[in-house]
Amino acid sequence: MTTQEALFQYTLRLGDTNLILGQRLSEWTGHGPFLEEDLALTNIALDITGTAKSLLEYAATLEGKGRTEDDLAYFRNDRQYFNAQITEQPNGDYARTIVRQAIIDCFDFYFYTELAKSKDETLAGIAQKSIKEVTYHLRHTSSWVERFGDGTEESHNKAQTAVNELWQYTGELFEMNEVDAILIKEGIAVDLKIVKEKWEKHITELLEKSTLTKPENVFMQTGSRKGIHTEHLAYILAEMQALPRMFPDAKW
Amino acid sequence: MELNKFEDVFEGKLAKNEMVEPKDWMPDNYRKHLIRQISQHAHSEIVGMLPEGNWITRAPSLRSKVVLLAKVQDEGGHGLYLYTAAETLGVSRDELLNNLHTGKAKYSSIFNYPTLTWADIGAVGWLVDGAAIMNQVMLQRTSYGPYARAMVRICKEESFHQRQGFEIMTRLAFGTEDQKAMAQDALNRWWYPTMMMFGPPDAESPNSENAMKWRIKRETNDQLRQKFVNQTVPQVEYLGLTVPDANLKWNEAKKGYDYSEPNWVEFKNVISGNGPCNKERLAARNKAHDEGAWVREAAQAFAKKRKEVYAAA
Ligand SMILES: [Fe+2]
Ligand SMILES: [Fe+2]
Ligand SMILES: [Fe+2]
Repeated sequence: MTTQEALFQYTLRLGDTNLILGQRLSEWTGHGPFLEEDLALTNIALDITGTAKSLLEYAATLEGKGRTEDDLAYFRNDRQYFNAQITEQPNGDYARTIVRQAIIDCFDFYFYTELAKSKDETLAGIAQKSIKEVTYHLRHTSSWVERFGDGTEESHNKAQTAVNELWQYTGELFEMNEVDAILIKEGIAVDLKIVKEKWEKHITELLEKSTLTKPENVFMQTGSRKGIHTEHLAYILAEMQALPRMFPDAKW
Repeated sequence: MELNKFEDVFEGKLAKNEMVEPKDWMPDNYRKHLIRQISQHAHSEIVGMLPEGNWITRAPSLRSKVVLLAKVQDEGGHGLYLYTAAETLGVSRDELLNNLHTGKAKYSSIFNYPTLTWADIGAVGWLVDGAAIMNQVMLQRTSYGPYARAMVRICKEESFHQRQGFEIMTRLAFGTEDQKAMAQDALNRWWYPTMMMFGPPDAESPNSENAMKWRIKRETNDQLRQKFVNQTVPQVEYLGLTVPDANLKWNEAKKGYDYSEPNWVEFKNVISGNGPCNKERLAARNKAHDEGAWVREAAQAFAKKRKEVYAAA
């Protein structure tokens, strides 16, 4: 694998993760628990989808086969998607959406902070813009994890269930393969061991503060680095891609 | 001061085109009229999020997805400014939402029509936001300060929405045959419902004298409808589409188009709950609100606990 190929794979992975997460979050738009929160979550969806767009645009350039960001988003199958499995998990109740988002926001905060130092200027630029947004997202979702954890018995139970069920998808976030190895050597990619340490500490403190219990000895799911997903992704893509695939010659 | 002195001050402000502010004295019927109008507008904004939100997950390009997300977010923001403006008149948002959810309050009937294809997202932005601007532009100078200020922001954003909607239509109308057919179909379905947005014909809806005096209305329903047709027909022509009205014809004498009236029986039906999506829209609003109850309760319980902690410290 050349550095260029690795960079394409890496950017695609980041783009896919943002795209699928944005897709899930936007399912809430118009249906949130109250107006201010509907707007806040839609805003997070908007930021994340915007980041996905920038990343896939760059991936298309790196690939150099004349494909666009839309070709990448709309004309790949689930086996060619590399988003982390946690992003494709159903929204469930609001606690589940918030816990999923807090886990990812916390990861993104440390990840993009590292990526901003990348020797690849485009990735570093995207990361710098993203940090500002993620800082706000993390503050928002953390405050809700606290409210749920230490709010009512019902909200506490819902949040704890979400933590318990989603935890099995957190291991994947830190997996590294050949792509990472090649790019870390070049000073382009982030060493996820560094992110993992900071993430663990932060999320442990957040759960503690929220009177929630951190699951121990959880068996971690794996697969997305190889394009293997849970059953949910194919449905997300079927919905998202329907129109461009129905009219493949059309420009929108 | 006696009551008629208060009234003199109020009338004086209207006469001098000054703003009435929340702390000012105002007649009861003025307050009631405003609460009804502002809250109906707020409800329309948040119910309007539903037909448009319907296509966010299926937007056919990443750019159009981002633009649509931002648009629907704007509509929610409009709802928020307007509920806030209504609250300055002494009603609570809970009360207003309750009226919406129980079907007591009205919202714009246009949102009881379905968005069946992607072209509908273009048509809604272009025609529905376009008609809304025409109805609302005068409200930027309406007599009640908080309402007027909310409308300044809202109208600015609605103009963006209209341009974005027209851009979607342009791409479709100049695209493949399938896309063009999709655009024409959307125009066919949205033309008359949009014309209904200006309200019943003047003959059946005598313009309230108060609405004019309070600077809530400046032109009649038929005048606004005519203006909309005159503005929109050239845009339809530019797109190479056809207005679904065999009677549409330029009338040199009135310097405007002659056009067919929308079906007012359908209008009354949709208003009274029999539109294609009335029940779904209300059900979606109720579901979101009911399922959000434990979230709002958790936030309150948490805030209360924290307050107690601070009080003890
Ligand atoms: Fe509006
Ligand atoms: Fe609006
Ligand atoms: Fe709008």
